[in-house]
Formats: sequence, structure tokens, C-alpha cells
Amino acid sequence: MDFEFLGQTFLKLLPGIPVTLELATLSLLLGACLALAFAVIRVRRIRPLNWLVIGYVYVFRGTPLLVQMFIIYYGLAQFPEIRNSFAWTYLREPYWCALLALVLNTAAYGSEILRGALLSVPRGQIMAAQACGMSGFLLFRRISFPIALRQALPAYGNEFILMIKATSLASLVTLADVTGIAARIIAETYRPVEVFVAAGTIYLAISYGLILLVRLAETRLNPDQRDPAPVARVDAARKEVTP
Amino acid sequence: MLDTLTMFGFGPEGWGPAMLRAAANTVAVAAAGFALGGGLGILVAWAKIAGNAPLRWLAAAYTTILRGIPDLLVIYLFYFGSGLLLTPIANMFGVEGFVSFPGFVAGMGAIGVVSGAYHAEVIRGAFYSVKAGELEAATAMGMPRLLKFRRITLPLVARHALPGLGNVWQMVLKESALISVTGLVEIMRQAQIGSSFTRQPFTFYFAAGVLFLTITILSGLIFNRLEHRYSRGRA
Repeated sequence: MDFEFLGQTFLKLLPGIPVTLELATLSLLLGACLALAFAVIRVRRIRPLNWLVIGYVYVFRGTPLLVQMFIIYYGLAQFPEIRNSFAWTYLREPYWCALLALVLNTAAYGSEILRGALLSVPRGQIMAAQACGMSGFLLFRRISFPIALRQALPAYGNEFILMIKATSLASLVTLADVTGIAARIIAETYRPVEVFVAAGTIYLAISYGLILLVRLAETRLNPDQRDPAPVARVDAARKEVTP
Repeated sequence: MLDTLTMFGFGPEGWGPAMLRAAANTVAVAAAGFALGGGLGILVAWAKIAGNAPLRWLAAAYTTILRGIPDLLVIYLFYFGSGLLLTPIANMFGVEGFVSFPGFVAGMGAIGVVSGAYHAEVIRGAFYSVKAGELEAATAMGMPRLLKFRRITLPLVARHALPGLGNVWQMVLKESALISVTGLVEIMRQAQIGSSFTRQPFTFYFAAGVLFLTITILSGLIFNRLEHRYSRGRA
């Protein structure tokens, strides 16, 4: 392996990192909002919407992301109505098309994760909240949602990693993310091994950082699983001594 | 509407046969990659469960790395990387230019290596959910290791692994769309050809989506039946 070339490739790939990170962050944030709305619709069984969401999730989880992205980027141009509408200023751009496809895709997977989490909130917790006089949005915001979030976090962490990997498909609609630049360098130099190592390292570093963040969030959201703070222990010891 | 029907029909102008052939290619390359990944997954799971320290470390590195790197990069590595090996040999025999594995072989290899990491995790999980007593009973009966593996361990692990394997298969199927970058004429590539020929990209990519959805639904049904069959007699 040629380490000088490896170093050069690494430097050339750096400008792709913001594109990859931006696509992943935006699509995960927007996708999670959509997913939450879908999950609530499913759990509350809000009638006509309920069926639409079931169909939506089924179709988006049953077809490859690449098909979805190509339908949006290449496919929509087939209709003059869309080409002449205001949406065309966005749908013409590969960036917005890739983002839209990623958001719609992760929303489908995310809604299933959140639905499972919302269903796993213990009945007793909700009944306790109702007994305290909470209902509707207040109950959701204070009780159901925080408990469900805790439950969903490990699975949603997996979805984060999958989305980081999924952003690489944006390179196939001409975006210059890490994979896009890597593909160009491979085509120019025919040295796939070094380019693979350099690009792979970047993706692994991003994924690893993300895993650390998720773990941090998990410990924050589950205070009961943390070691008790030292101060508390001293207090407990003192209580035992003074009757 | 009628135009669309003739376009995907089986007449002389129709794209029907081409799309169906492409669908067969998709299933073939996905199945070949899935099988390769399954074999690899068994080996890696074995290394994780029963290997010594260096083997375990290697297996952990493999599953971590392959699950963190985009599949597209792995496909590029296999496609262009095989060219690195084959081009000098081909040039030696007087063939000019860039020579690589055919798209099918490169795609199968890439899918196999990527899905192997997921297979390994599924199989390892399944192995740990087999009750130790069942394996001990086989040892107590005096079964030799290979016989015990074939008669007891493999069927029991397969039963527990089936739902997970179904998920891996669905993933592999959707991943196979990426192999279109190697030029293998599977569903995606055929849709690209069709849309550049007829200038109707939406129609063709939509058809590609319908084909993929049909394959996922059918394979979901098959896996359900298998699960049902393999969990007969389970309490």
C-alpha cells in the first residue's frame, strides 16, 4: 500500500465530510419528526390516516432507497406539471432530492421503532399520570414520550448508523459526498484499495462518534442505571451514623 | 394507461420480458450473495463463540468494520479491486484495457462480505438462545462433534435464526439495487436503460419499485411459512 497516496486521498476526501454529515443530520432530524407523527397516528389509530401510514411504511420499507431516490430525482422530471410548478426549484437540485428521499425513507423505519416504543410504555405509568389529572398533550409530553424515547434509543441508534451509510447513495445522484469523491478518485486513478481504506476510515470514525453520543444520551436518559453520585453515598452513610 | 400496458407488455415493442429477466438477475445475485454471506457468517459466528483470542478479535473487527462502511464503497472495492488483480493477467494474455470480475461475481462477493457480518450476529444470537441442555444431551448420547453439529446444533440454531435471517435477506435484496453501478443488468440497471430509451424515467423506476416490492412480499411469505414449519412442536 502506498501511504503517500493514502494521505493525499484522505485530504481530498475531507471536503466530502460536511456534505455527508449535513445530509445525515438533516434527514435524521426531519425524519424523526415525521416518524413521531406517524407513530402517534398508528398508536392512536386515527382512522383514515392510519391506513395511509401503514401503506406508506410498507412501501418504503419494501423497496430499495436507490429506487426511491431515482424516482424523485430522475422520475419526477417526466411530468410537465411538476417541471412548471414552484417545487421544481427544489426538485431540480440533486441535494434536495437526495435529502427528501433520505427523510422519507428513515421516517418509515423510524416510525416503526417509535411505535414499538410507545406501545411498550407500561399502562400503570399512564394510569398514574391520569390519576394526577394529566391528559392529552401534557401526558404525552411529560410521561409517554420520555419513557418511549428511553425505550427507543438503542434501536434508533442503529438507525443513525444505517442512515450515515445510506447518505452514500446521494453520490449516485451526482452529489460530492465522501463516497462521491471516493468514486471519482477510483475512476481517475484505478487504485480502489487505498481509496477504500481512506473513505472507510472516515465512515467508521463518524459511526464511532455517533455510537459514543448515543451511549452518552442513554446514560443521561436512564438515571436509575447510573452509579449513584458520590455525594449521595456520603449522605447515606451519614444518616446511618446519626440515628 | 394503455400505452404503459403495451410498454411493459410482452409484444415486440414491450419491455416486459427484459424487466422480468432483470428481476431474475436481481434474485439470483441476491441469493448467491446471501448464501456466500451465510457461509461466511457461520465461520465468523463460530470464531466469535469458540475461537481463541486472536480469532475472536479478527471476527469482532470484521463485523464492526463491515457494518460501519457503506455498501456502495464495498461494491466499488470488489469491482475495481478485482480489476487490479485481473488487468495485469489479462494484459499478459494480450487483452487490452481494464478487465475486472463480471458484475455478477463482484456483486455477489460484495453482498456476501457485507451480509456475512449481519449473518454472523444473527447466528451468534441464535446459538446463545439454544438451551445448553439440548447440546449436552447430544454429547451424552455419544455423538461425535460433526454429527452433533449436523443433527442437533444446526437445526436448533436455524430455528432460532430464521426471523433474523429473514431480515438479512430483505436487506440483501434491497442492497442488490446498488450492484447496478457495476453494469450488471438487474432491475435498477434495466430501468435505467429503459428510461433513457423511452424518456419515461418515472414509469420505469416506478415499475422497478413494484418489482422489488413484489419480491419482498413473496419472500416475506416464504420466510413466514418456513418459520411456521421450523417451530413445530415448540412450546
